[in-house]
Amino acid sequence: MSGTTTRQEDRTARSSRRGPGPSGRRSLLSRLLGAQPIGWLFGAPYLVFAIIVFAYPLAFAIYMSFFDYFFSAPGVEVDKPFVGFDNYVAVVTDPAVLQSLGNVLVFLVINVPLTVVLSIVLASALNKVVHLRTFLRVSYYVPYVTASVALVGVWLFLFSGNGLVNNILGPLAPTPSWLVNPALAMPTIALFVTWKQLGFYILLYLAALQNVPKELYESASTDGAGVIRSFFSVTVPGVRQATVLVLMLSTIIGANLFTEPYLLTGGGGPNGASASPVLIMYQRGIQQGHPGFAAALGILLTIAVLIVALLQRRFAGGKEE
Amino acid sequence: MQRRTRIAVLAASTVAALSLAACSGGGGGSASDAATARGPITIWYSNNASEVEWGKGMVEAWNADHPDEEITAQEIPAGKSSEEVITAAITAGTTPCLVFNNLPAATGQFQKQGGLVDLSSFEDGDSYIQARSGDIAEQYRSSDGDFYQLPWKSNPVMIFYNKDLFTAAGLDPENPKLSTYDDFLTSAKAIVSSGAADFAINPSPTSEFFQPNFDFIPLFAAQTGGQQIVEDGKATFADDDGYAVADFWASVYSDDLAGKEKYEGDAFADGKAAMAIVGPWAIAYYGDKIANWGAVPVPTENGTPADETYTFSDAKSVGMYSSCENQGTAWDVLKFATGEEQDGQLLELTGQMPIRTDLATTYSDYFTANPDYEVFGDQANRTVEDPSDPEAVAMMQALRDAYTKAVVTGDGDVKSALDEAAKKIDSLATQG
Repeated sequence: MSGTTTRQEDRTARSSRRGPGPSGRRSLLSRLLGAQPIGWLFGAPYLVFAIIVFAYPLAFAIYMSFFDYFFSAPGVEVDKPFVGFDNYVAVVTDPAVLQSLGNVLVFLVINVPLTVVLSIVLASALNKVVHLRTFLRVSYYVPYVTASVALVGVWLFLFSGNGLVNNILGPLAPTPSWLVNPALAMPTIALFVTWKQLGFYILLYLAALQNVPKELYESASTDGAGVIRSFFSVTVPGVRQATVLVLMLSTIIGANLFTEPYLLTGGGGPNGASASPVLIMYQRGIQQGHPGFAAALGILLTIAVLIVALLQRRFAGGKEE
Repeated sequence: MQRRTRIAVLAASTVAALSLAACSGGGGGSASDAATARGPITIWYSNNASEVEWGKGMVEAWNADHPDEEITAQEIPAGKSSEEVITAAITAGTTPCLVFNNLPAATGQFQKQGGLVDLSSFEDGDSYIQARSGDIAEQYRSSDGDFYQLPWKSNPVMIFYNKDLFTAAGLDPENPKLSTYDDFLTSAKAIVSSGAADFAINPSPTSEFFQPNFDFIPLFAAQTGGQQIVEDGKATFADDDGYAVADFWASVYSDDLAGKEKYEGDAFADGKAAMAIVGPWAIAYYGDKIANWGAVPVPTENGTPADETYTFSDAKSVGMYSSCENQGTAWDVLKFATGEEQDGQLLELTGQMPIRTDLATTYSDYFTANPDYEVFGDQANRTVEDPSDPEAVAMMQALRDAYTKAVVTGDGDVKSALDEAAKKIDSLATQG
């Protein structure tokens, strides 16, 4: 109580010494910069990076999406008329875009649940492995750090018409083969991406598992819970925040799918069955010179991913403690 | 402490503002000054070994005589494609003076970006290009009537075939029956049914916009006697000739004479396909692997004499870029690099055909010494180029999408697919 009184007296004394004008300005500055203004200095490099690399391009993309934009040489006047929502209308009425959105939905429906389930199960198993722990962890992580271009070559060897998988399946091999079959191309890509990214998500879960108290497993065991019961009653709730992160990251990364349809299925084939929205953005924006259309598609995709991520956080995240 | 903080915040803001301002700046100097200015220039050339060798030799020869107008040369920077690298460089104002690797189909876009110098604006611009390339040059003229590219070299594509596989299939390797669609299909069926090769021919069945250059367009050029797929702002392929070409390829795919899946590697080099549609570069490329080869013109519905058959050029042009400060020197270098001596060097080192009217006569010694190239040299007189409209890439993508759907995978009617693609292209042409 006496301490509080002393601080109030100090503030009053400082206020009376400085007068009303300067004090008002200082408090405004103080409110803007916070209690520790030096923090801005330390944060400035990342702030500048974020503004230049993320905020400015995003704002510019929003701007472009309302114009018939064209990348021009410096100093050259090229007509870039304002077109309102025309680009957005063109995007939502373009059959190729609608098909790509359907394709990416198929991808996410396969990839996201598979990623979550496999990574949490494998992380739990790896957490308990005693022998060859490092070898196994590295083995799962290697595909994640390997260039997609190299891995695509391996998958083409596996899943092409005369590939290893079809040779093993013999008469059960699908016709047309995996990557040229409109019904199987996107699921095959989803499997590829799941496998490639798995190491990263396992790593996230392994980190989260270190925070699950061992006492909970001991208590569960004392109460007669077996391995499976412990997994569902202790592990799954214990890594819930990691699950939300994995859900959101795999959704965001999946929605940005590009390399695999570009390389694995030769530009989104067959007949656009594996084309993704980002591949369409690349074709229209970069190859064909319509960045306004590509920007509008990008903005709509960003909004859609944000909505999905918010729903995931709302329904999978639970209540923060 | 607070003063220091304010200074730091101000400094950071200034740096950010300057960074952003730098992104939007660029340019400088008037265009008319640059057009006559002379001095050092930079150029880019392709990164394949033989063109690098030619490029280095050309630069060395120029620099020896022009110490005040030296060329600094480099291979075109790596990227997904040269066109994307050039597009980005135009936007950033970092293009060199000359690029010896322009895709004619992308030139319209470069022009629309304001990235190219109008070569017709040089006093002898039009006359030099026309004198060197003759009537073929007209295909490289922009819709505004001027040249924004110099047609440099072509790789006229032909049917390259493996004589050993033809023999194994019981076909006459010296006089293969490949000139009509019926003959071609009969020979192709013999190759596959005999087990000589998995595929008769294996053009890439993928969806990239440039792939029509190696299946539909060469045969359409041959079938029509030299028509481009877009002329005067209209698609030309939605007619009997276009349908005939597409039907031919549809038969090839439906009879499993070609693969519907991307082949990892080179099917022709690996002996998996008995034929390929390639240009003269293939002679050196396949020489070590397939010594016993032959080359014939692409087929037409009823057969066309070889000396009347057209094909796709697979050409590259040279572009002069508007960021160039010494365009007077750049124009002189362009003429030097496409003159008789350097064209001869190009032919000698790369086997690619300079686009010049006097090819056969000027370099008769070369063709005498290298008879394998003679047939390609003759074919170079009858080539067809991609459209050069600003929307050319979108147009070719529209054709490719229709083609892969109806022709490669057999999904839907070929005629309807071409009609739809033609409508889309007509619509795109009005946007250009």
